[in-house]
Amino acid sequence: MDQNAAKIEIRHASKVFGREERLALDLLDKGLSKSEVQKRTGVVVGIHDISLNILAGEIFVIMGLSGSGKSTLLRLINRLHEASRGSILVDGVDVTKMKASELRALRRRAFGMVFQNFGLLPQRTVLGNVEFGLEIQGIPRSQRRERAQEVIETVGLQGYEQRYAAELSGGMQQRVGLARALAADPEILLMDEAFSALDPIIRSQLQDDLLEIQDRLNKTIVFVSHDLDEALKLGNRIAILRDGRLIQVGDPQEILSHPADEYVSTFVEGADRSKVLTARDVMQNVRTAANPKDSPRVVLRKMERSGFGGLMVIDNGRRLHGYIDLSAVRSQREKEQLSTDLFRPIPTADANAKLVDLIQIITDKGSPVAVIDARQRVIGVVDKSTILAALAQNDDGPTVEENHADPTPAVAMASVPASQAESSASGS
Amino acid sequence: MTSIPTIPLGHWVSHGVDYLTAHYGASLNAVSHFIHSLISLLEHGLRAVPVLIFIPLVAVLSLLALGWQRPRAWGLALFSLFGLGLVWDLHLWHALIQTLALVLAAELLILIVGIPLGIFAAQSHLAEKILRPILDVMQTMPAFVYLVPAVIFFGLGLVPGVIATTIFALPPLVRLTALGIRQVPAELVEATESFGATWWQLLWKVQIPTALPSIMAGVNQSIMLGLSMVVIASMIGAGGLGNEVLQGITQLDVGKSFVGGISVVILAIIIDRLTQAFGQQRKE
Ligand SMILES: Nc1ncnc2c1ncn2[C@@H]1O[C@H](COP(=O)(O)OP(=O)(O)O)[C@@H](O)[C@H]1O
Ligand SMILES: [Mg+2]
Repeated sequence: MDQNAAKIEIRHASKVFGREERLALDLLDKGLSKSEVQKRTGVVVGIHDISLNILAGEIFVIMGLSGSGKSTLLRLINRLHEASRGSILVDGVDVTKMKASELRALRRRAFGMVFQNFGLLPQRTVLGNVEFGLEIQGIPRSQRRERAQEVIETVGLQGYEQRYAAELSGGMQQRVGLARALAADPEILLMDEAFSALDPIIRSQLQDDLLEIQDRLNKTIVFVSHDLDEALKLGNRIAILRDGRLIQVGDPQEILSHPADEYVSTFVEGADRSKVLTARDVMQNVRTAANPKDSPRVVLRKMERSGFGGLMVIDNGRRLHGYIDLSAVRSQREKEQLSTDLFRPIPTADANAKLVDLIQIITDKGSPVAVIDARQRVIGVVDKSTILAALAQNDDGPTVEENHADPTPAVAMASVPASQAESSASGS
Repeated sequence: MTSIPTIPLGHWVSHGVDYLTAHYGASLNAVSHFIHSLISLLEHGLRAVPVLIFIPLVAVLSLLALGWQRPRAWGLALFSLFGLGLVWDLHLWHALIQTLALVLAAELLILIVGIPLGIFAAQSHLAEKILRPILDVMQTMPAFVYLVPAVIFFGLGLVPGVIATTIFALPPLVRLTALGIRQVPAELVEATESFGATWWQLLWKVQIPTALPSIMAGVNQSIMLGLSMVVIASMIGAGGLGNEVLQGITQLDVGKSFVGGISVVILAIIIDRLTQAFGQQRKE
């Protein structure tokens, strides 16, 4: 499947609840807010004029405060709500124009839905609940049993098949909900605050499991959440709604580093940035480094000029040889060449390493971390002060900005050819 | 003081009834015939089981329905043995079966009419608005009032007894069915629809099973109301245990009335406990 194809296209979709639909939409078009429209017409605005594409294979998170229209938007996709205006295309076909029978066929084939309060049938066992969707499709009993059993194993529910849903803990019940949604092998999962009713540890577990399942199954997932940390953890992209309008769409880094407005910034303030930002987002360029071929005298001069008490040792191929400090170089002041014995190891990290892990390394080892690419070449460095700066900032920070603006790691080694530096630059 | 003319309400109703008997006689006959066959089928079926098998069978059924591990089940089983044994000993077994057949026939009609009406009322606001006052009237109207039209349309005997009982005992089932279905959590209905269920699948696989405890409570209540009609129905010749009570009253024979009455109570208690058990079993 084409990874960049729009699986779901939402075009100028509006949904308002009430009699005076027309009037309410007119007022909304004129820019009146949800509360003003409600005051004037009595119509409750679900969402208004939202357009966005959801790509095949991505986890798309819809986020916003309670009442901002997240559930409404989600329900327009499988037409549990009828749109007041606009169209919703799934695989290029307009859902809003489908006949009842076509809609049922689409729901059976393409959608699996997971609900906040699970929505399980209390009088059925786990197995009975998981096979429910298949039963609706009229699949013979033995076949659906077999398939249900498979999915039960996928979500880690084996051994619970004959238990009644109500006997299980919330986390287990939601696994049943997830298994039920996956049973018919739908292309799209619609999840409405699926983990919000669970306590934090269980929630985090289920998030991990969902990510792991997604790695294997590669569904298109639309996930509604009011929790920014959850959105950042799960979302490939995030849409932020306020009072029924779309405020911003972007990947987690964009949302964090370029919040579209006050509302988003307030949201973002509370987020645990260390779990989202990566080494790439915060790393500093290596402005000055020692070359293994440098004489101790040259290295000393570099240290003096840069004001650092130690330097990374990086060769012409930009490979890391270690770290050297002032006293070690001084002891060899008269030598022609640096002795490799003086190079101390320095921890390295991948550009995608999360800040939270870098913090761990830096505090454990008490030294900066070199950021390397897949071919083991140095592309930047992260130290304690870089991290503190990144965590402290609320909006566009200078470090992030710097990396975006200047993708060339300006390793201050005269010997590094500019072209090579360019090619290994890994921007965002 | 000027006298206000009396509105001839009673007159109109009589005329309406005359009109109906004149023009729909054939359909009324068919209904009458159907109900008559239903009752005799039930009565013959019940009589086919000898008393000495019937009574232990009820005891066993109690154990099965309430769960044999429970003391309450044994209590009901013993009660059935002694209670029904007493009725038999009092030579009222024949009357008891007749009453049971009448109540079961009425309950069958109530189920056939009441559950669809309840479903309808749950799903349409309009239907609910129309049905509610009608049900209110049906439930508060004195039971005797149903006897007259029943007799006019269907003559004397078991059939009008069943009809009057049906009408009188119908409302709780309609109400509780509608209530049960409306109380199915919205998320459950949404979930079902999200899997592409048809209206019919939603009803059969989700709404009715989830509403079953409430529906069973309606069944229980309507049977109890039906039993309370037994004496009244015997006034138009429905026979059975009610007849014993009625004869006792007309002959000022307290003993006879009491014996008939206690038999009705025994039957009522057994049926009540059994239907309640069926309703609760589903919940667990
Ligand atoms: N069925 C409905 N009838 C009337 N108003 C509704 C209905 N569903 C949602 N709304 C209103 O639409 C707005 C958005 O609701 P919702 O999409 O559920 O928000 P969220 O999921 O973001 O909390 C709210 O103001 C809510 O009261
Ligand atoms: Mg919601």
